[in-house]
Amino acid sequence: MSSRAEIRAEADRLFAAFQAAGAAPVEADILQPAETLLDLYGEDIRARAYVTQDPLRGEMMLRPDFTVPVVQAHMAHGADPARYCYLGEVFRKQDHPGRQASEYLQVGFEVFDRTAPEAADAEVFALFSSLLAPCNLRPATGDIGILMAAVRGLGTTERRRAALLRHIWRPARFRALLDRFSGRAPVAPARAELLARLASDKAEALIAAAGPMTGLRSGAEIAARAASLLEDAQTPPLAAPEAALLYDLLSLQAPAGAALAHLRGITAMLPAIAPAVDRFAARLDALEARGIDTASLPFEASHGRSTLEYYDGFVFSFESAVKGPPVASGGRYDALTAVLGQGRSIPAVGGVIRPALVAGLKGAAT
Amino acid sequence: MTLKIGVPSKGRLMEKTFEWFGARGVIMARSGSDREYAGAVDGIEGVELVLLSAGEIPRELAAGRIHLGVTGSDLVRDKLADWSSQVAELAPLGFGHADLVLAVPVSWVDVETVDDLDAAAAAFRRAHGFRLRIATKYHRLVREFLTAQGVADYQLVDSQGATEGTVKNLTAEAIADITSSGETLRANHLKILSDGMMHQSQAVLFAARAADWQPETRRALDTLYSMLAIDARF
Repeated sequence: MSSRAEIRAEADRLFAAFQAAGAAPVEADILQPAETLLDLYGEDIRARAYVTQDPLRGEMMLRPDFTVPVVQAHMAHGADPARYCYLGEVFRKQDHPGRQASEYLQVGFEVFDRTAPEAADAEVFALFSSLLAPCNLRPATGDIGILMAAVRGLGTTERRRAALLRHIWRPARFRALLDRFSGRAPVAPARAELLARLASDKAEALIAAAGPMTGLRSGAEIAARAASLLEDAQTPPLAAPEAALLYDLLSLQAPAGAALAHLRGITAMLPAIAPAVDRFAARLDALEARGIDTASLPFEASHGRSTLEYYDGFVFSFESAVKGPPVASGGRYDALTAVLGQGRSIPAVGGVIRPALVAGLKGAAT
Repeated sequence: MTLKIGVPSKGRLMEKTFEWFGARGVIMARSGSDREYAGAVDGIEGVELVLLSAGEIPRELAAGRIHLGVTGSDLVRDKLADWSSQVAELAPLGFGHADLVLAVPVSWVDVETVDDLDAAAAAFRRAHGFRLRIATKYHRLVREFLTAQGVADYQLVDSQGATEGTVKNLTAEAIADITSSGETLRANHLKILSDGMMHQSQAVLFAARAADWQPETRRALDTLYSMLAIDARF
């Protein structure tokens, strides 16, 4: 265990390095409006963030991360392009005693730049890689943009593509949907019964027969979904080769150079991913130019797909041999800037380091 | 030092608990006047009865202020984080059965499963501009269930009572609550999702891991183990 002073010194060292790399230091309130975070992450964030009540502002959360307030500040009055860094505590509720810290320092670096996203990805990763070099960590990288492009290009209905995209960060749900849409999972008996009942009469008649109507959800909304269920039941399953490619993509795990060759190989059969694969290639070139060996850099197409995330392109983390959270993690979150920017957006990439873990590894090494 | 056992202080849960222990030779009774929350135990030495609200028993167990406690398995799972690290289940008592279920209006003819609820929640949020509201008092259990199922675009709204009425009152679109017969749900024009069973609850005898387990309280526990024919150990 490192002392607080050692952790603070490590945090200051990293913060200074981010400033030396051209980032402007920014501050963020510890008390954040709960509503913004809940709308973004959904109810799951309640299990992870400390919620408290402000007599005037309503429900507030102790800052669970810096990304949201930093993006908000940038969208409100930021220069373009901009590089920011920050240092401060974040708070995460832990449901299991003694395993993980519920309050710890984060040092972060974020790049908002429209000109060359792949170069910015490489800049962030290379900076983290050099700062963390003394810790001997295992890097992991991924690219959620390739998976999203593959889903957007699927030869099926817009409704099915939207359902898959909505659950792209919930791997189990995504998998269940894919199994259903590809015909690998049989139609559940409950669903078959429901379809038979919906097909037996007009939705309005079924609703009237079901009993008194209660609640905000209107008859029109119910009828619309009933119609879409019947329509979906008529939708043919994904073509087998296309489905197979998507399953292949979900499990793709290889050194980045080899992964690129593999993706190039399947692009002919999955042309929708071509632009995303081109971006992946450009990123590898940019990483090489910064001295990262992409022939050995680990790549997983599904890396970074977990709830409470918002990455939609390049993702990375640095893990130690010790069991626990990654020492550093980050990625690209272009869509988040659109959500928080009220109509405006800017390509953005960044990451955070946990100085307590860095100090612990350095302390163990000496 | 005596072994403290926390028991619900009133109603059927108290009577059934007294019956269950009584049938096994541990005679519990309230002492003093009808209104006084004091109790006594006969048939075993070194055991003290503590009458508590069933809802507070999980907290008292977690704090170790009582050694054993009888309460619903739903309350322990909902109120205690990582419950099995804080308390041990010694014996299910076979009464106080209730199911924690998800229920939606009967008029939702398009919704029968959790999967349907998830899809309806996405459409509801688009149409109404806010996340579909589920009224409940079982926040942890419901959230953990819905997270595990990968449901999105919902919010939990707190309801400490008359939860079945929240849909009619337009303060929620769906509910998650305990039911034994489903009658109140039906009376309020709600139906249970076919795969929306989150927990099947019953009264359980729990042991507190954090309690002060001295040799004499351990001895009293051993006597209880044999009188109550409990095989579980913690």
